Amino acid sequence: MMGNGFRITFWLFLSPVLLWLFLLIVIPHIDLLLLSFRGESDMGDPIWTLQNYKNFFIEPIYWYTFLRTALYAMITTFCTFILALPVSFYIVKLARPRTRGFLTVLLLLPFWVSELVRVYGWMILLRESGVFNYFMLKMGIIDQPIEMLYNDITMIMGLVYTSMLFMVVPLISVMESLDDSLIEAAHDLEASRFDILRTIIIPHCKPGITSGSIVVFMLALGNYLTPNLMGGKNSLWFTEQIYNQFIASFNWNQGAAFGFLLLVLSSVIIWVGLKVTRQNLGEVAS
Amino acid sequence: MTNDLSVRNIVRKFGDFTAVDDVSFDVPQGSFFSILGPSGCGKTTLLRMIAGFDEPTAGTLTIRDQDMRGVPPNKRPVNLVFQHLALFPMMNVVENIGFGLKRRGMSSAEISKRCVAILERVDLPGYGKKRIDQLSGGQKQRVAIARCLVMEPSVLLLDEPLGALDLKLREQMKVELKKLQANVGTTFIYITHDQSEALVMSDRIAVMNEGRFEQVGSPRELYNDPRTPFVARFVGDNNSWSGEVEESAEYTTICTSEGLHFRARSHRSYKSGTRVDLFLRPEALRIEPKDLTGLNTFKVSVKAILFDGANSRLLTVMPGGHELLVNLPQNRQFDHIEPGASITLGWHPDSGLCFKV
Amino acid sequence: MIRSLPNSKPYTWSFNLFIIAYFTFLFAPLAVTCILAFNDSNFPSMPWNGFSLDWFTSPGPERVGIFHDDQNLRSIWTSFQTAFYVAILSTVVGTCSAFLFEQEEFPFKKSLYFLMLAPLVIPGVILGISLLLAANTAGTFFEESFGIDVGIFRPSFWLVVLGQFSFITTFVTLVVSARLKKFDNSLEEAAMILGATRLEAIWFVTLRYLRPAVIGAAAVAFLMSFENFNTTLFLVGSEPTLPINLYLQVRDGSTPVINSISLLLISGTSILALFNLYFSKKED
Repeated sequence: MMGNGFRITFWLFLSPVLLWLFLLIVIPHIDLLLLSFRGESDMGDPIWTLQNYKNFFIEPIYWYTFLRTALYAMITTFCTFILALPVSFYIVKLARPRTRGFLTVLLLLPFWVSELVRVYGWMILLRESGVFNYFMLKMGIIDQPIEMLYNDITMIMGLVYTSMLFMVVPLISVMESLDDSLIEAAHDLEASRFDILRTIIIPHCKPGITSGSIVVFMLALGNYLTPNLMGGKNSLWFTEQIYNQFIASFNWNQGAAFGFLLLVLSSVIIWVGLKVTRQNLGEVAS
Repeated sequence: MTNDLSVRNIVRKFGDFTAVDDVSFDVPQGSFFSILGPSGCGKTTLLRMIAGFDEPTAGTLTIRDQDMRGVPPNKRPVNLVFQHLALFPMMNVVENIGFGLKRRGMSSAEISKRCVAILERVDLPGYGKKRIDQLSGGQKQRVAIARCLVMEPSVLLLDEPLGALDLKLREQMKVELKKLQANVGTTFIYITHDQSEALVMSDRIAVMNEGRFEQVGSPRELYNDPRTPFVARFVGDNNSWSGEVEESAEYTTICTSEGLHFRARSHRSYKSGTRVDLFLRPEALRIEPKDLTGLNTFKVSVKAILFDGANSRLLTVMPGGHELLVNLPQNRQFDHIEPGASITLGWHPDSGLCFKV
Repeated sequence: MIRSLPNSKPYTWSFNLFIIAYFTFLFAPLAVTCILAFNDSNFPSMPWNGFSLDWFTSPGPERVGIFHDDQNLRSIWTSFQTAFYVAILSTVVGTCSAFLFEQEEFPFKKSLYFLMLAPLVIPGVILGISLLLAANTAGTFFEESFGIDVGIFRPSFWLVVLGQFSFITTFVTLVVSARLKKFDNSLEEAAMILGATRLEAIWFVTLRYLRPAVIGAAAVAFLMSFENFNTTLFLVGSEPTLPINLYLQVRDGSTPVINSISLLLISGTSILALFNLYFSKKED
């Protein structure tokens, strides 16, 4: 080693990081796991038990909500990708260089605003007394106001809207590294637009697609606000089950078990996603 | 002989700027044609118009007697080897080469047969399964060319593909490309700013400057008989003097700004007093000639010896400070020359060429 | 297909149309929210009854504008304080962490790096509940063992700060690392050859170089904290942050005062975002 100065700075850097990661990440999650195995015996004494996990499998509403949440989060991810791909392609490869910077800023701006404000905006637009209904009634397209909130399609649209940014940004950055001459070469070799998309653009963008998908999936899965406000009482989102256990039923052990299941679900799906695309988390994060 | 490519009065303007200005030329079938010019001369724009990535503002472009106006790149019987090759990094060698054939809907058996054949032809047998990043610079080069040749284009366009290679490999690839072209017989149109690449490989060269063709000819014509001062300066090394014409007869006699009197060739006769530039190749200067009859002679002092094997030269300086490069033959005859020595140089009036300024 | 290839008119036009539609989709809810903040109505909906600043300035009692709405003003102030502490804490620790992972070599570095990335893939709700549980466990432990009641272990202002800090620090680390990666280490070595200690070299050379990234990261941290909902939901005590407070109002029926708050938020964050953008532009 090159003297003490190096060791001092090393510990100066290491200790806050260790404190942060162990006190706020590792220990709480171990605690979460432990508490999910705690319960009360018939006498009311605290005991170790598998009851919390049993409840999950016995009660159909729990695992139904669980599967539904996972499925809808995947649908959301897919829709986000389908929407984000042409948008980022337009911005990187089609827009004039001058409008490009402007469009990028425009694209990012709404996402700096609180999710709650964005969801609230959609509620004003879509609800029974909302702006859409007002104008459709005025124009005579409908005679009765329609409730456009509180259904699955609206909820998924809301989730797509909320997480759009996290797909568009990685796609833009990965598309910027795609050399135009590759597309020109493919075109010169008689490839159609669809061929170019399938054989050149998508394979090139794979790292961006993976990292975008992971973040969007994770955000959708863990979202509480959008399903709760746009999906209404029937949204059946798993985070609401967790909230209910904690706040309404005050059954923290059950809530811990649900929380741990959600954590396992998101980790497994992200792990599978990484394996399938042969990437690792470190690459994706950068 | 038929022409694969005919270009007539082609013009390309970007706003007020004219990138290609009224250019016409023909490329005969099976020839190696180079377009040589400094960067920004419009050669890449011209190439992109031939490939179909850009449309001319005016003029016509025919390939094998078919007008190419409005025909998109993928429908033209030409293929382009890109400057940075544009090999698809997500595919291996055969997938790259078979890419275009697959788009044509050819059966995979036929595709792999042709891929094997073309890999053989570019001297890369057995390289089909390699990834692009496993190849050396020269191998990538050949894969990029194979990827185009397998499409059997009427014309193959090459956009400075040797630019990214190191010097040694570039020298080697020049020879290989020339052999490959002779071998396959496809018409090559090659864009470069490197005069040596153009001279070594081409059957004919067009020298381009500021959107126009200065001269089109064989490498030998360009070197020995440049028609414009730009070509004289750009193709090969040249020494130059500026001066005034004294008399124009069989030879033009000029008086240089240092007050020396030289006789030299010119393409036309000039009135006396016309300001001209005189160009002279370094190899035309003879050191201490024995027979001085008919030669222009003058004295210089040696400033430095630029030793480079067979290309060795003397950097000499005339009394007025004007510098001249002189070829130094490595036949041991001039080993005694040291920096600072005073020597006599002579040259034959046929080797010098005058242009009006 | 791309700019340099010939594109058919229908292709270009349908693509342009799609982009216009997309940006409309993006801005419609925000625009409507802002416009309705000025509607002279008791409900955040059409019809348009004329322009009014009531929902900003009216002192009550029928309409309470945001500038007189104590509860909302208090939550804005709470959010400001929270975001301030989170930004400072996470910027300091995140910068340390960036230095640790970019410049130091030590055993288990890779595992620790993955642990550092973990908050990226842990849903915010889970972070919130696990921290709530751990704090509760610790609180119970302290009370039973030593008979002291430590306030920080109950849902409270500081628990919210810790909860947000726990994942925002990861973002700060990634932003600062990205800049540190481009740093030429020989500059630091040159400083040390000229007699600086390692700490002085870092302070005068490296941190100076990192400044735009650090400021940018702090701004991002501030914004992320200001608008965080998922993690905060479980940790919040008697002082709700703005998003929590707004959520409760939206859920239980709202007045256009939410629109006026939204308008203020949208303009505030836009200014901060543009500010941040300006700094990151200067960085390049």
